[in-house]
Amino acid sequence: MNLHEFQAKEVFRKHGIPVSAGFVAETPDQAAEAFTKLGGAVAVVKSQIHAGGRGKGTVYEKDLKTVRLQGGVKLVKSAAEAKDIASKILGHPLVTKQSGPNGRIVRRVYVEAGCDIARELYFGAVLDRKAGQPVLMASTQGGMEVEEVAARDPNAILKEHWDVGYGLQAHQARRLGFGLGLSGDSFKEFVKLAHAVTRMFVACDCSLLEINPLVVTKSGAVLALDGKMGIDERAIELKKQPELAAMADVHEEDPVEHEAASYGLNYVSMEGNIGCMVNGAGLAMATMDIIKQAGGAPANFLDVGGGANKDQVKKAFKLLLANPDVKALFINIFGGILRCDILAQGIVDAVKEVDVKIPLVVRLEGTNVELGREILKNSGLKITPAVDMGDGARKAIEAAGLKK
Amino acid sequence: MSILVDKNTRIVVQGLTGEAGSVHGNGMLEYGSTVVAGVTPGKGGTSWESKKGVKVPVFNTVEEAVAKTEANASVVFVPGVAAADSVMEAAAAGLPLVVCITEGISIMDEVRLRAFLKQAKTRMIGPNCPGLITPGQTKLGIMPGHIHKPGDIGVVSRSGTLTYEAAWQLSALGYGQSTAVGIGGDPVQGTDFIDILELFNRDAATRAIVMIGEIGGTMEEEAAEFIRKNVKKPVVAFIGGQTAPPGKRMGHAGAIIQGGKGTAAAKYEALRAAGVTCVQSPADIGRAMKERLEGKAA
Repeated sequence: MNLHEFQAKEVFRKHGIPVSAGFVAETPDQAAEAFTKLGGAVAVVKSQIHAGGRGKGTVYEKDLKTVRLQGGVKLVKSAAEAKDIASKILGHPLVTKQSGPNGRIVRRVYVEAGCDIARELYFGAVLDRKAGQPVLMASTQGGMEVEEVAARDPNAILKEHWDVGYGLQAHQARRLGFGLGLSGDSFKEFVKLAHAVTRMFVACDCSLLEINPLVVTKSGAVLALDGKMGIDERAIELKKQPELAAMADVHEEDPVEHEAASYGLNYVSMEGNIGCMVNGAGLAMATMDIIKQAGGAPANFLDVGGGANKDQVKKAFKLLLANPDVKALFINIFGGILRCDILAQGIVDAVKEVDVKIPLVVRLEGTNVELGREILKNSGLKITPAVDMGDGARKAIEAAGLKK
Repeated sequence: MSILVDKNTRIVVQGLTGEAGSVHGNGMLEYGSTVVAGVTPGKGGTSWESKKGVKVPVFNTVEEAVAKTEANASVVFVPGVAAADSVMEAAAAGLPLVVCITEGISIMDEVRLRAFLKQAKTRMIGPNCPGLITPGQTKLGIMPGHIHKPGDIGVVSRSGTLTYEAAWQLSALGYGQSTAVGIGGDPVQGTDFIDILELFNRDAATRAIVMIGEIGGTMEEEAAEFIRKNVKKPVVAFIGGQTAPPGKRMGHAGAIIQGGKGTAAAKYEALRAAGVTCVQSPADIGRAMKERLEGKAA
């Protein structure tokens, strides 16, 4: 789960990570008011969407052709200008290189006090899977994407793993501070900030924390000018982070994925025309591979997981069929925990209730498979059985009309 | 022979009285596994009865269960909020093997668990895995037993359902399995491919190995390097997610291509360079093994 910049900065403040003053605005008038309250000569109006590259993005009319504004982050010098910029942005799609071609509708802007920047640094933390530990990353090339910097010059990124039990040690923070060429008060502030970041990363169950750029001002202060936070979905599901969970923005999620999650199902939308129901993430990926290799394209995946009940299977059907692009359904289940008879009964009930009009290809294997096949056979429904997943994929593609 | 588990494995099931623990406690007993104890804090002193009337004593702590029943491996079915603690409890009780089936443990808990286990002498399989089975002898997990046959092919996989898929294909072609291990699909795991490959490589009863990886991380590349240097037995590999769009998570938390790293193409290349027979389709795993063992070009 991702947070907006203004939300991340609210969390930063609570954890002692310095940020500039700022206010959220949902209307142009609020943006003007925010400028006045900040009281400075300049402020920055920043679009709030869950996609990077906002500064270099473009705000369009709803047709996605006519340009309203170049750049989703703008420097303003008066309340009137703040209002004008906000009115150009709010309610319109902002397209960035991470937003997808349709962009994201900007529902809020964050109006933040301007600052005199002396240096722009990069600072972040992620999980290092191989080490099984989180790692801090820092570089002097602030404002650039860290992957880009890493691709060009891996040595330009300083790394420091820390043990979540012991916490970050002072010498580790110092090593990063010296490596970034900091000194004096800036150095001291950075060391404090590094500790705060690691504590917050653990306390908030972060999967990603990025401050890009972290700036050193002309007066030597260290400030988080941007803030990106990703929260571990499992921690949210386990209700370990109720305050952060309340910050979720449903507008930034795929509505079907969101609905599926509320039923304990995992839904992934894609661009093809074959709807797929599978159990297990590995099987989902393998099914996608086999369909694509056979010349087809999946429209979506619904992973019913291990312990699905009949209601969940029914719900899964409805979610898959909600996509109008779906021309055939491929059910590929290898029942381990999930028993084939339960699944088969769920399919039969769902088909009867939902009135499925498109071809259905079913490949069942595993626990209670004979019972499951029997239920499907005796249901009187038109179901094409498949002997293995390759056969199923071919039949589904044929049924979807992609290949004759 | 086999790796890690056999008919002498004495199992304690943590969370035996819960829903999942109960279902799979039954499944394990039916398969012939020796389940000697259950652990549910607060239910110590009671017993759990299987569908067929087998009574298994339930203890408050793993320590007590081990002391009273000489259990030597644990299977954890405890829900996500408490599962990491359960694994630590099993490790603290000195069990050499813990199989953590639980899905959805928070990543930070997994990080803490990894740090804890570094100090312990316990091997953890999982989390978020189907467990492991030595066909005809014992299963510690949730896989359907009937698709497995005793034999000499070792199977190791990051995906549960693809482990079944591979075992089923192999069994159908007459190739049984020495042991099949699902190591789990989470970003931070107790056991990786190399650990299991090393065991299969040393196991005299394992003739060949099936390895099923997926996109994300670099575990497969590291495994390829290990195979190149150490493994003379034939290896057949499949990587799931070859056609996955970058940045899109298909289910497993660990299965994601980030910053151009962890692609199936890179993994296949490393595996091929190590002499591994690679299949592009998950339906071809069994067939490729048959061809490799019969000496035909795959």
